[in-house]
Amino acid sequence: MPGVAFDEMGEGEQGRPQYAQIRDWLRATPMDLLAQKRREAEFVFRRTGITFAVYTEGGDPDRLIPFDIIPRLLDAAEWNLLSRGLEQRVKALNAFLRDTYGAREFVRAGKIPEALVLQNPGFEAAMQGLSLAGGVYTHVSGIDVVRTGPGEFYVLEDNCRTPSGVSYMLENREVMMRLFPELFGTHRVRPVSHYPEELLHTLRSVAPPACMGEPTVALLTPGSYNSAYYEHSFLADEMGIELVEGPDLMVDDLVVYMRTTRGPQRVDVIYRRLDDPYLDPLSFRPDTLLGVPGLMAAYRAGTVTIANAVGAGVADDKAVYCYVPDMIRFFLGEEPLLANVPTWKCAEQDDCRYVLDHLAEVVVKDVHGSGGYGMLVGPHASKAERETFAEKIKARPDRYIAQPTLSLSTCPTFVENGVAPRHVDLRPFVLYGKEVRIVPGGLTRVALRQGSLVVNSSQGGGTKDTWVVDG
Amino acid sequence: MRIRIRHTTSYAYDRPVDYAAQLLRMTPSEHASQRIRSWRVTADGKALARTDDGYGNVMHLFTVARPHQGATIVAEGEVETTDTQGVLRDSIERLPPRYWVRTTAPTAPDDELRSLAREIETFSDPIVRLHRLMETVRARVDYVVGVTTVMTTAAEALAKGSGVCQDHAHVFIAVARLLGLPARYVSGYLWQGGSETASASHAWAEAHVPEFGWVGFDPANNICPTEKYVRVAIGLDYGEAAPVRGIRRGVADEALTVAVDVQPAQAQQ
Repeated sequence: MPGVAFDEMGEGEQGRPQYAQIRDWLRATPMDLLAQKRREAEFVFRRTGITFAVYTEGGDPDRLIPFDIIPRLLDAAEWNLLSRGLEQRVKALNAFLRDTYGAREFVRAGKIPEALVLQNPGFEAAMQGLSLAGGVYTHVSGIDVVRTGPGEFYVLEDNCRTPSGVSYMLENREVMMRLFPELFGTHRVRPVSHYPEELLHTLRSVAPPACMGEPTVALLTPGSYNSAYYEHSFLADEMGIELVEGPDLMVDDLVVYMRTTRGPQRVDVIYRRLDDPYLDPLSFRPDTLLGVPGLMAAYRAGTVTIANAVGAGVADDKAVYCYVPDMIRFFLGEEPLLANVPTWKCAEQDDCRYVLDHLAEVVVKDVHGSGGYGMLVGPHASKAERETFAEKIKARPDRYIAQPTLSLSTCPTFVENGVAPRHVDLRPFVLYGKEVRIVPGGLTRVALRQGSLVVNSSQGGGTKDTWVVDG
Repeated sequence: MRIRIRHTTSYAYDRPVDYAAQLLRMTPSEHASQRIRSWRVTADGKALARTDDGYGNVMHLFTVARPHQGATIVAEGEVETTDTQGVLRDSIERLPPRYWVRTTAPTAPDDELRSLAREIETFSDPIVRLHRLMETVRARVDYVVGVTTVMTTAAEALAKGSGVCQDHAHVFIAVARLLGLPARYVSGYLWQGGSETASASHAWAEAHVPEFGWVGFDPANNICPTEKYVRVAIGLDYGEAAPVRGIRRGVADEALTVAVDVQPAQAQQ
């Protein structure tokens, strides 16, 4: 492990100005009051019903993601850098997708191995030669960012399929405003509550060109057994649009309709939170009951927009990740504002040998994994765990990438025995319609166990409210 | 030659079903060895809206969203074909050949397929390999109707040693891809001459050879496609090129009747 991690708040000489009042507040507030506030926060979350089912055996299926009451702050200059970098990155990812399902200039120019694109499980041939409204593929992206120093931000991974977590960003703010109104009196915190409005605006802006009048948008969910169902119903509610499941939609004459009590209503834009293989039994998995038969035919006929686009997953693959800086240069002619974490591709012999020789120092990830499953944090793993993982890598080197174990920044967190630093990351949500829109901040995830670097909620991570503060 | 085709698919349910949807890939496309003189796809007598898939196959979608007890889909028309010794020319290719080495569930390799690939590997020239592969598939898999289904995989068909044209195509494709040669499934029609009943829906394979481009191989008949073949749709496997993919909601027994009539056009004049 590299030395002491950069702390977002800092102490003494290192104290960062935007945290001045938070520092005072933490000093002035007795621990039992903080504990009481935390109980209140939990009570509010329980009552709202905000839960996250975790895919592990046993346990409480309606488990709460732990919420930490100490906010994470970014000042205007930090946010300015981040938001410009995020906009640049998402524009490049989108350009890559449009190119991948079009002329494939990026491949032709030798910027990425053809096989990595064409053989990628996320590559969807059904998208080939289809032109999308506004040319947009990644309407909603969650870009995971970590920090290692004052101006050192790295993109850890891109999520271009159906990123979740934005409901926590919104609820965390609600709860903080309720519990600590005085802190909002002394800080100029940029609001986030307009996210649903921005999302709806984004979705409407990419309705099929032939759509006349105000486009009808529906949110397609896999249903109440999905781990993010709470978020689906929350967002549909906030946007004032219908929350639908596959059987609520039907395709007739290559047009998508929603069954309503007043008869079928045409749907122009589907904000889907259902993965590609389940969207349409006539085009993908024939056994899916969650999808809409004929949806892909309607999509190809251009009568409906699907957000995010089918096949967007080829852009957020962890092996494709290595090529994002080159996408920025190639498609935008710019230098990346946000760096990638240096990455070894086990598919390449030299890289693979290095990784196997340095397993105790690196983080290894399954290129098709998500949610912190199938990864190895070398410095924290036992010898036996590392040996088991080495065998996996040797068997399928192309499935793995590795990165140095970054010393993620820490943020003061209220844990069992008081306030202590815990590692954090940040998932801002980037909307892309007619233009790019980013609600200030995002979701800060925090690894609650001391020393842990895994922030995923499925691995015991918690969340914090994220404040972008002015002056 | 000019070939007339009439392909009728009828569904009858023993009680009303509320909803049914069928995705059709029943329209041939044009390339050097076939020109479309006329073609139409109708369902219960009405024309259907058309679109295409990512490969360029023409698709029609037929949906019935009210209680009904049956439907009839008719694809018919006339196609003029030329013999090109199985070599495909001037076809619209939206994806580069290297796409077509992707493995799918029905074409996934197992040990027996791998060992078949090793046998074929002894021939160095790709075109020789593919011809040898075609003969070998025909020799190892007997043409027997009714022992396999549309769900049967290449590995299962090879293990059984029997199957229909779809199975021959899957085995051929699976082995070709193991040899690193791009290969794909083709669905279409074949006029077999003589008796009307012998003419039918057919399936074969295409493999990509650098010096020739895409070349057709019909392992079920152990020949490369001739002017008697009408090429309709391509895919990684049967599921992507099938003439009909359907789904329905409602509990009913279904009686499916398929009639395919393939005739030289002159015979009817």
